[in-house]
Amino acid sequence: MTEVLRRYGPVLTGLILAAVAVWLALLVVLPQLLMVDFSFRPSLPPSKLGGPEDVYTLKNYATLWTNQIHLAIFLKTIWASALVTAVTLVVCYPVAFYLAQVAPRRRLPTLILMLVVPFWINELLRTFAWYIILAYNGPLNVLLVKLGIFTEPQRLLGGDAGVIVGMVYVYILFMVFPITNAMESLDRNQIEAARDLGSGWLRIHRRIVIPHAKPGIAVGCIMTFMLAAGSYAVPALLGGPQSRWFTEVIYNWFFEGGNWNQGAAYAFILLVLCIGFILLMMRLFRVGLTDIAK
Amino acid sequence: MTAATFRRWMTGAYLVVFFGYLFLPLAIMAAATFNTSRFPTVTPWMGFTLNWFTALWADQRMWQALGTSLLIGAGVIAVAVPLGLAAALLLDRLHSRARTFLYAVMVSPLLTPGVIVGISTLVFWRQWFGVTGGLFLTIVAQSSFIAAYAMLLFLARLQRFDSTLEEAALDLGATHGQVFRRITLPYLTPAILSASFLAFLQSFENYNTTLFVRGLDTTLTIYIASKVRTGLTPAVNALSLILIALTILGAVVHEVLRRREARRQAAPAE
Repeated sequence: MTEVLRRYGPVLTGLILAAVAVWLALLVVLPQLLMVDFSFRPSLPPSKLGGPEDVYTLKNYATLWTNQIHLAIFLKTIWASALVTAVTLVVCYPVAFYLAQVAPRRRLPTLILMLVVPFWINELLRTFAWYIILAYNGPLNVLLVKLGIFTEPQRLLGGDAGVIVGMVYVYILFMVFPITNAMESLDRNQIEAARDLGSGWLRIHRRIVIPHAKPGIAVGCIMTFMLAAGSYAVPALLGGPQSRWFTEVIYNWFFEGGNWNQGAAYAFILLVLCIGFILLMMRLFRVGLTDIAK
Repeated sequence: MTAATFRRWMTGAYLVVFFGYLFLPLAIMAAATFNTSRFPTVTPWMGFTLNWFTALWADQRMWQALGTSLLIGAGVIAVAVPLGLAAALLLDRLHSRARTFLYAVMVSPLLTPGVIVGISTLVFWRQWFGVTGGLFLTIVAQSSFIAAYAMLLFLARLQRFDSTLEEAALDLGATHGQVFRRITLPYLTPAILSASFLAFLQSFENYNTTLFVRGLDTTLTIYIASKVRTGLTPAVNALSLILIALTILGAVVHEVLRRREARRQAAPAE
């Protein structure tokens, strides 16, 4: 702290501290705490606030347990997000390895740019692109019928499959970049040495590349899972009433059910799920918080 | 064919398929703009038209939503970039457990689902200040996590900063304000531009957070989503095509500037 003061002087230090305090207190920490507090209170009309009924309760959390439909949606959101994460990891791993270790240096900037461009395109537009592809009269149905896989067009929109396919597409780039970054620092000589000593490519990946890329893989999985579990746009566009996502249930508590306390409880459950996934990844890949938050 | 050439061939094929997978859906969406069909599709192809651009141009609600998005984007730049800058300046001078802790709190909004950022902001501001959803809350909610992106950009640039420049200026009698204005800020200018650009892009495309805090205001991204669900015509594709073209242009310009800056950094080292 003394170094901050010495470097920036009292006026600037004061401004810096004030800005950081406003950001972290008003915009990050207090809203989260209040949301949690709110979730443990009953939904009451304004006249009863602060009255004898305004006490902490677990009622809002019990709702998820007793409402079978919501519970099923919650569990589906978990496994579907895990599936999205696993698929993107498998698809991205070879690409990341190519970019980090194999690609010729001069071709690299162009390849990276080709990844950055779709990454920057609006998530909603990337989802919308799949809406057109999956439409009943859309190109995918035409192709599958032509190939003889379907005898007639199928409904591809409005189900879980469409949502999962869309999510893989929309969130795939959040997996590529962290893994590529992690693999880049691996010395190519290590791979050469292992190969000279007779290791096959499978063993090279299992013993050298994957252990080195662990922090990147963990970050990629955490980001992808968090985005998938917290996605509203993709299920809203590609799903239907039969394939509701947990975020859609939360939204309905707020803007259709009119029970914000209940919605806050569900939101906190979603947050706990994401934190749980982060802890799981840290345990699984044996990486610390500092490796992840780089 | 040897094993090595086979492997190279497989890698090449995989990359072609991967990049095809990335770009083909966007190409199909773009192509549907030019189809006369009332529902956006490329199958069947019913003839080339530019009418959907005209229809888009005449759409008053689209222009209104665009205006809202621009306003919110400007607000987010004004809030998130200074906050991110202040945070990076502070972190850059801390070397302790406090730094690790602060850093973790600062990046936590990036690991929080967007809907939760929106919900917590909505609940907090109504309970404490009686503020309901609208332009102001949208700017606040988006800034809470976009400031973290800005912070990371500033921190990366500060790590390469030669702080002896500041030392020297202070030793020669410059005030702290002068040092900041004449040395620190000019050095950070490229990062400020970068952060502003990214902050605007993030704000413009945000859907999950905005959905909860927008009140009765409609941003362009929200508008597109509502059009897809009710009243979808290829005018939405025309809008998407324009937005994608602008994004590509922005990405390329950003990349060119970044490379020029990187070359300038590398060159006069001697």
